[in-house]
Amino acid sequence: MSTLLLEAGCALQAERLAAVERIGRELAGPNADDVDRAARFPREAVDALRRERFLSASVPVELGGWGCGVAELGAMCEALAQHCAATAMIFAMHHIQVASIARHMGGSQRLRRYLEDLSERQYLIASVTSEVGVGGDLRRSVAAVEVSGDRFVLNKDATTVSYGAHADDLLITARRAPDAAPNDQSLVLAHRADTALEQTGGWDTLGMRGTCSPGFKVRAQGYADQVLPEPFAEIASRTMVPYSHLLWCSCWTGIASAAVGKVRKAIRAEARKKPGTTPPNALRLAELMTGLQTLQQSVRAACTDYDRICAAPGAKETLSSLAYAVRINNLKVASSQSAAQIVTQALLAGGIMAYKNDSPFAMGRHLRDVHSAALMVANDRLLATNASLLLVLKDD
Amino acid sequence: MGEAIRAIIREHGRLSVDVDTLGDEADLYEAGMTSHAGVNVMLALEDRFDLEFPDRMLRRSVFESVAAIRAAIEELQAEG
Repeated sequence: MSTLLLEAGCALQAERLAAVERIGRELAGPNADDVDRAARFPREAVDALRRERFLSASVPVELGGWGCGVAELGAMCEALAQHCAATAMIFAMHHIQVASIARHMGGSQRLRRYLEDLSERQYLIASVTSEVGVGGDLRRSVAAVEVSGDRFVLNKDATTVSYGAHADDLLITARRAPDAAPNDQSLVLAHRADTALEQTGGWDTLGMRGTCSPGFKVRAQGYADQVLPEPFAEIASRTMVPYSHLLWCSCWTGIASAAVGKVRKAIRAEARKKPGTTPPNALRLAELMTGLQTLQQSVRAACTDYDRICAAPGAKETLSSLAYAVRINNLKVASSQSAAQIVTQALLAGGIMAYKNDSPFAMGRHLRDVHSAALMVANDRLLATNASLLLVLKDD
Repeated sequence: MGEAIRAIIREHGRLSVDVDTLGDEADLYEAGMTSHAGVNVMLALEDRFDLEFPDRMLRRSVFESVAAIRAAIEELQAEG
């Protein structure tokens, strides 16, 4: 019986992954260059994900979703990123938000109903964590949520809100109360209809241009029980940080495999012209595959590991331990460096055909996209955190 | 021991309030202790009490209040 269920589950997973691959191939890929050039939202692919109910993939089954874990979501991000990194990153960021609600809503009836609605109507959630005054420090806020009676008000000056103008709802970090310390934060769900957004800058970047992530002044209000019941410190360490690093790493892995895929095609085309001789840069391809395989394996293993920890007793303690924080930070730093290195080597291996923007082997977009990896949560910040944690961590 | 713990928190915890205004059970993180400051508190406690917190204890909840810290130290001292 359980084997049957397991097989049925695997078949479903394979079917879903095939659907994501199709959306990537048919919609995300063909529009990727235009999305990149115009720095516009990849609406064709996101609309298709919405139509095929992928925006509720991480919602628990009993609330209308598919209950996908990180391993499955990571595979989807990898698949999308091979065609359009911006689409993959939007998909990843959305599910980080959904999981943060689903895993930390406690007994809140309002939040449960919200997830049911999200499953039905396929809402897209954007994240509002950065802020003028603290920059990208996730664990500090200037803005505070003010609760009065059954309502809240929250005003925040955010430096980057990815796809903010295209989201249905927002998940915002803020100090728990006006008199709370900067790190005593809450996570607040705000509906777009009850929120005024004033764009404060542009988004003309080197890469990841389709994520459309300018700054916004956010003025939100709503019901007091849209504030998640658990402290943000817990949500961050057990869900938001690991989900972010695991799904982002999956996106970067997808970018790296797209780049290697192009080199592969270019070298094969060359080999077909002169059967019997191995093209000299086939050696570079072999080298690239070593790096790509290592990256894929370490990211996928970390995703599976997270799902395993969540299913085991003591998940809360393991995920909120310093040891796990160091591990997940290491994965992010290593993967972001390795993905950028792979794409750079792919450019060299592909030669002039990879350097040209109007060639089928063009590496430009991948190269520009992948360089966001070291910056989104700066590697230096993570290394500084690890340096501090390693002073007390015994690794025993 | 409570006073020694409080002295360390006063010096390294970087709270937004005086630690003496907080009860033994009060949440130090809510009082503004960052995870970085938390690490410094752990280091100072290890030095002052001549012990090492094993990794299983390096969790937020173990250092969230004066009482929780005292319980952790007592547990390690009992293990001797």
